[in-house]
Amino acid sequence: MSHHIVQADNLHYTYPDGTIGLDNINFKIHHGESVALVGSNGAGKSTLLLHLIGCLIPTKGDIRIGDYPLNKKNLKAVRRSTGMVFQDPDDQLFMPTVFDDVAFGLINLGVPESEIENQVIKALEIVGVPHLAKRSPHKLSGGEKRAVAIATVIATMPDILIMDEPSSNLDPASRRRLINLLKTFTHTKIIATHDLDMALEICERTIVLNKGDIIADGNTKELFHNEKLLAMSGLEKPLTMQGLR
Amino acid sequence: MHMADALISPAVGCTMWAVTASLIGYCSKKVKSEMDDQKVPLMGVLGAFIFAAQMINFTIPVTGSSGHLGGGMILSILLGPHIAFLTMASVLTVQSLFFADGGLLALGCNIFNLGFFPCFIAYPLIYKNIVNKVYTQPYSNQNQQKKDKYILTGALIASIVGLQMGSFAVVLETLLSRISELPFTTFMLMMQPIHLAIGVVEGVTTAAVVLFIWKARPEILDSALSTSSLSNSKLNSNSTSLSIRNVVIGVALATILTGGILSWFASSNPDGLEWAMFKTSGVEELKTQEGLHTSLSEIQDKIAFLPDYGFKSNELSESNKSSENPNLVDSGSNMVNAGTSVSGLVGGTLTLIFTIMIGFTLKRRKSKITIS
Amino acid sequence: MGNLQNNLFDIFYMDTLAYSKTWIHSLDPRAKVLTTLLFVGIVVSFGKYEISILIPFMLYPVVMITWANLPIIYLIKKMVLLMPFAFFIGIFNPLIDRDIILKINLTFISLIDIARFIDLTKFIEIMGLQNSTGVIEISGGWLSFFSIMIRFSLTVSAALILICTTGFDSICLALQKFRVPGPFIVQLMFLYRYMFVLIDEASRMVRARSLRTFDVDSKMRFSLFVPMIGQLLLRTLDRAQRIHLAMCCRGFDGHIQMIRKMKFGVSEVLFILGWSSVFIIFRLYNIPFNLGIFISKLY
Repeated sequence: MSHHIVQADNLHYTYPDGTIGLDNINFKIHHGESVALVGSNGAGKSTLLLHLIGCLIPTKGDIRIGDYPLNKKNLKAVRRSTGMVFQDPDDQLFMPTVFDDVAFGLINLGVPESEIENQVIKALEIVGVPHLAKRSPHKLSGGEKRAVAIATVIATMPDILIMDEPSSNLDPASRRRLINLLKTFTHTKIIATHDLDMALEICERTIVLNKGDIIADGNTKELFHNEKLLAMSGLEKPLTMQGLR
Repeated sequence: MHMADALISPAVGCTMWAVTASLIGYCSKKVKSEMDDQKVPLMGVLGAFIFAAQMINFTIPVTGSSGHLGGGMILSILLGPHIAFLTMASVLTVQSLFFADGGLLALGCNIFNLGFFPCFIAYPLIYKNIVNKVYTQPYSNQNQQKKDKYILTGALIASIVGLQMGSFAVVLETLLSRISELPFTTFMLMMQPIHLAIGVVEGVTTAAVVLFIWKARPEILDSALSTSSLSNSKLNSNSTSLSIRNVVIGVALATILTGGILSWFASSNPDGLEWAMFKTSGVEELKTQEGLHTSLSEIQDKIAFLPDYGFKSNELSESNKSSENPNLVDSGSNMVNAGTSVSGLVGGTLTLIFTIMIGFTLKRRKSKITIS
Repeated sequence: MGNLQNNLFDIFYMDTLAYSKTWIHSLDPRAKVLTTLLFVGIVVSFGKYEISILIPFMLYPVVMITWANLPIIYLIKKMVLLMPFAFFIGIFNPLIDRDIILKINLTFISLIDIARFIDLTKFIEIMGLQNSTGVIEISGGWLSFFSIMIRFSLTVSAALILICTTGFDSICLALQKFRVPGPFIVQLMFLYRYMFVLIDEASRMVRARSLRTFDVDSKMRFSLFVPMIGQLLLRTLDRAQRIHLAMCCRGFDGHIQMIRKMKFGVSEVLFILGWSSVFIIFRLYNIPFNLGIFISKLY
């Protein structure tokens, strides 16, 4: 197995209408690391994630995922090793049933038919919802949808998990289940979120974005103690830390 | 505008199914070969959009009635005719299954009436001709307004023409089915003006929404138009415009052919299925048993099997003269004599009761099983 | 607004029904699609004045509804709501086709007498029924009108039963097996999946508008309608893009495949053969008619 490094060098991105999306982003994420990507609305979190899965092409700079530089030629290989969980599960669950949805990626990978069912059930078991296999996505609750969306991604066994706001729109119990689930994953994780409590629990490292620029990158706990930094980037100290001085 | 199963004959239904199926096949092939995979979810979601958008109504001033967005034209403008046709077909399929709008046999007719005319006639021949004129001109603020006007006129005329043709097709299909008694002119006089009004509403809404999109996100429409113009005008304008013409001609030929063959079948013999059954069943004898005049009822029986295509009215009215009571017999239809119709009535009622009883006993047996 | 929500609930409910677990539901969708098409085809193949021979066909909806445990009241309600179109086209038949083609000789009970007794003469006149010495005469128009209504209820109920026992995606799979082109199947699946999402989105927009207009009955103006639809369309286009991204991330290359086990076994064959033989018998022999003859011979 190769070292699944996610690396951005001097990354710039300007939207077609001229707004600056990313401005000189540099970071290096190592195998097995969990990194939270935080920042105010419009700070560039989603833009950065879209670069990591090759949906946006940087105007300047490079991205390396694993052993490959991210370009058109390597796109398929890169997407095989990354899995993205989108913010709105409705965008991600597009097939008629949960089973078909989880199987979608496996079929595209060329997994033999006889193994697909096993792997689908396995993926659903990992996220704790094997009983939903035959249901249609539109009948699931928000938490169930999120769990299935994660299952669709982990079914293909990516090395790097990229998540956009995984805890949004979840009730507290579902959120708790999600956090516990994510804790068990050994994948390299990059999680864009506003939920700093979750970031605190899952991610040892945090990158703070502001106006398309990285303004801080370091240990999560240390960063979250820096109230000036948090205020500057439109954030607030996590609730679990507010009692502590 | 949706036709119902109850109003069409199998011959018309099957013809239109065949025509629509071949159109779907053609479009699928076309879409498969030239589509970028980005359009796979796009067309599906836009189908759902049409579905949802048709449920939002606005109030038409003065009249107090309500209007909503039509489907075929805006889809053609956004996606081009082939994808638009497939999308319309899918919308109508879902409607026929869930809302029983139309019906399964009539689905072919409905897809054809509401999909073919706007997508393959009104859009390429009218809308595109009108709008392409301004699109070839370079962009400037001044011709922006001109473009608006062109889009409005294009959408308006195209929608009206598309709907007029569609509603005329409804009239034709209904008449050819011969289930409804409405005479051609009356039906047409009912349908065409109503659909003129609907067409105006659809044209205006389509144009307004297209303009809205165009102002908010010009790149969407530009890309839609440029992809279609890429394949249509830049590469080889003759061959592709020919292909649309080919489709139109092909469909017309297919309709005439299948329709012609089927109706010939239906007029010379009773239509295929009925004819086969007529030969094998003993219905004929049963009816003659109770008949008034053997000769008359023989003719009636023959006609009773093809009242859908009652081309034999002349023969019958001649034979009417010989019957004692001309009031009893009408031309082009079967007369069932009093005795047998009582039998039909009594038997029908009994069958109905019997059927319902079967349902009840099944239900009771079932609930017993679930209890025990 | 109510319209939007109701439609959504309606589809949702029918979708739920399709997930019940009766043996009808577990049949291969192909068997049900074929049987339904056969049923519709045979029902519409009758002449326009046929009424009595259509009645035995009620057996199919009645039996299917009970076997599949479907809510009959709901289905009837749905059917009645759909009635107007067929009704308005059909109602012209009695006005135009006024020739008497059916006479009912009531020898044992005189319906006309009963009608006179409770003073329904007006009704008889309006109905186009005339009476002369105990004979009711019915015009061809009325016969064909009733025939249309019966056909309508039969065909509509068959379609509703199909969707309530099979579910949309299974029907799509059946169509796929019947060699309906792939792009069309994918189109149907996407439409069905996102119909729920978009109707929901649309109804949220409509609700937001009505909350800010304060006037409960306020009408949707055209000037408001356009930006609303336009907005919905823009959101839809964005969503399509996001879905495409999500698909690409999971290795989408233009083809969608589904792995689904479908078993066309003995019960499916029996189901089709059973019903089709019943339909053919009903088509060939006018059962109510023969039954009527039998009964009248008893008298």
